[in-house]
Amino acid sequence: MLESLPGFDPAAPLLAVDDLHVEFGAARVVNGVGYAVEAGETLAILGESGSGKSVTARAIMGLVRPPRGRITAGAVRLRGVDLLRLPEESRRRLRATTVAMIFQDALSALNPVLPVGFQIAELFRVHRGLSRRQARARAVEVLDLVRIPAAAQRAGDYPHQFSGGMRQRVGIALAIALDPKVIIADEPTTALDVTVQAQIMRLLREIQREHGTALVLITHDMGVVADVADRVVVMYAGRVMEQAPAADVYARPAHPYTEALLGAIPRPHRRGRPLAVIPGAPPDPARPDPGCRFRQRCSYASEACEEAPEQVEIGPGRRTACHEWERVSGR
Amino acid sequence: MTETVLEARDVVRHFPIGGGVLRGPAAHVRAVDGVSLELREGETLGIVGESGCGKSTMARILAGLDRPTSGEVRVLGRPISGLRGRAMRRVRRDVQMVFQDPYTSLDPRMSVGDTVREPFLVHPDLAPRGERDRRARELLEIVGLNPDHAGRYPHEFSGGQRQRIGIARALALRPRILVCDEPTSALDVSVQAQIVNLLDRLKEEFRLAYVFISHDLGLVQHVADRVSVMYLGRVIESGTQDDVYDRAAHPYTQALLSAAPRPDPGLRGEREEIVLEGEPPSPAAPPSGCHFHTRCWKADARCAVEPPEFRRHEGARPGGTHLVSCHRA
Repeated sequence: MLESLPGFDPAAPLLAVDDLHVEFGAARVVNGVGYAVEAGETLAILGESGSGKSVTARAIMGLVRPPRGRITAGAVRLRGVDLLRLPEESRRRLRATTVAMIFQDALSALNPVLPVGFQIAELFRVHRGLSRRQARARAVEVLDLVRIPAAAQRAGDYPHQFSGGMRQRVGIALAIALDPKVIIADEPTTALDVTVQAQIMRLLREIQREHGTALVLITHDMGVVADVADRVVVMYAGRVMEQAPAADVYARPAHPYTEALLGAIPRPHRRGRPLAVIPGAPPDPARPDPGCRFRQRCSYASEACEEAPEQVEIGPGRRTACHEWERVSGR
Repeated sequence: MTETVLEARDVVRHFPIGGGVLRGPAAHVRAVDGVSLELREGETLGIVGESGCGKSTMARILAGLDRPTSGEVRVLGRPISGLRGRAMRRVRRDVQMVFQDPYTSLDPRMSVGDTVREPFLVHPDLAPRGERDRRARELLEIVGLNPDHAGRYPHEFSGGQRQRIGIARALALRPRILVCDEPTSALDVSVQAQIVNLLDRLKEEFRLAYVFISHDLGLVQHVADRVSVMYLGRVIESGTQDDVYDRAAHPYTQALLSAAPRPDPGLRGEREEIVLEGEPPSPAAPPSGCHFHTRCWKADARCAVEPPEFRRHEGARPGGTHLVSCHRA
């Protein structure tokens, strides 16, 4: 159905967020965020709490709604079609079949009083027009695909009857049921144990490889990013600080915030030495700094930083929003 | 040989579940099932494990906040099991706890100054009434907070600052030992680094010994001198930081280390990844024999029947104390 909508351009990125602004009351939590992801690609959105990384995702999914939150500017485009300018009905149908979300806690995506198989089957009935029986069969197939043992029996179980890892598999089943083109996963493994986290990340990778899905992985965990991401967007205080291929971000950060984050992770070879810290705390989103959002905590800050830096292209697929990036990356 | 300041011997903690008022409990959760630990002066002992392994229950028992079903805890050589009232309070002074969640471990209706002063109400002999304000301000300063903010309330502080308040409160009684239960897992990476560095500095200043409990293997490697790995209520491997991280002998430790993502894209596809099947079983019905055999890729028939002994690892360095509980290690 995408092809028939206004603005469709097969050459445009699969999903592109452009200059997005979101406000919650007086708090401007997303201030001109832009990124794009292509089919088969894994884009990691890295940031600490309050960076706006989850709110951006929720805005893409249409989960930011008045009166609580407002999208004040920007675009969310799927192959050129701007979701924010579509009539509600086609927007809803388009989202349901092309963009799916996996939440940190699968419970928040599931209805506690309905069996999980029924909830997945409902998707097939509503969006694919399948009969009850057919839809149930498809639901069991999907549960099997995410490796839930004895899927046919477990389809009748309620969300609370699943363990944390199994519940996240159900959440993934719900997301991939309609074979979406983009999956947005918001901290999908943060609530899970290390050994279970490895299972879930492996499952997501396999699904992505088999279906050529684009994966937007929202996380604060730089270990997970290093493991799976093709490209990384680093966010801070509602803005994109830097974006680059994953290997470049770690090898040669081009923004002081990225550099500081990397320094703060404990590493075996730096044992016995203090960790690098970022002094102070993130700014108040209700009173944003007109200059660079990071300058109050930045060791490179100069007079130039009183003016908010624009993103500049500094290499293939690399952009940074820092006046002092040359000093940071040592060029 | 340095002095042992905190010791646990065969500590067991069972929680009754099910049943009713007039019936006995239907079953027991074996949260801690025979744990022995030793913390020496000036040392940091790391305890790692996944959820449900009993590490937090162990923390509460070590801090004297919970009593073991059986087994013994000794603080500075004194057993605390039978202690009550004044004697117990005296022991608690030496072991204080830093909690995981700085949002729920502070009383929202108590000013920060009152929070840090509160321990002196329980132990009035430590600071005369007129001294307490000054001591509280001093403590806030030590942990890097502005002492002029003593009149403010917890909600006026960020997560990292609240954790500093929790640490100031823990230090008020000049303890010898701090039990830190996931002290940074509710915090962002950049704030975690501040708290870890603070704990490191305080260790020197106050000549503290730490029990540092975390699910974050990288963090424990950074802070700990010795490490104990727990699985389903038991310690399955322990040794120096090098023993456990560089020469892990237990299959579970090996799997944990291999599963932990490392912040280096260069290692992608390079490192051997052991992905365990399934999830940790319920501590209410632990598997027979070795608790880990249901998920272990090395397990054989013996592991399902016979619980392995916690013994010195054969590959341990001479004089080393690398212990492991596995038939196949």
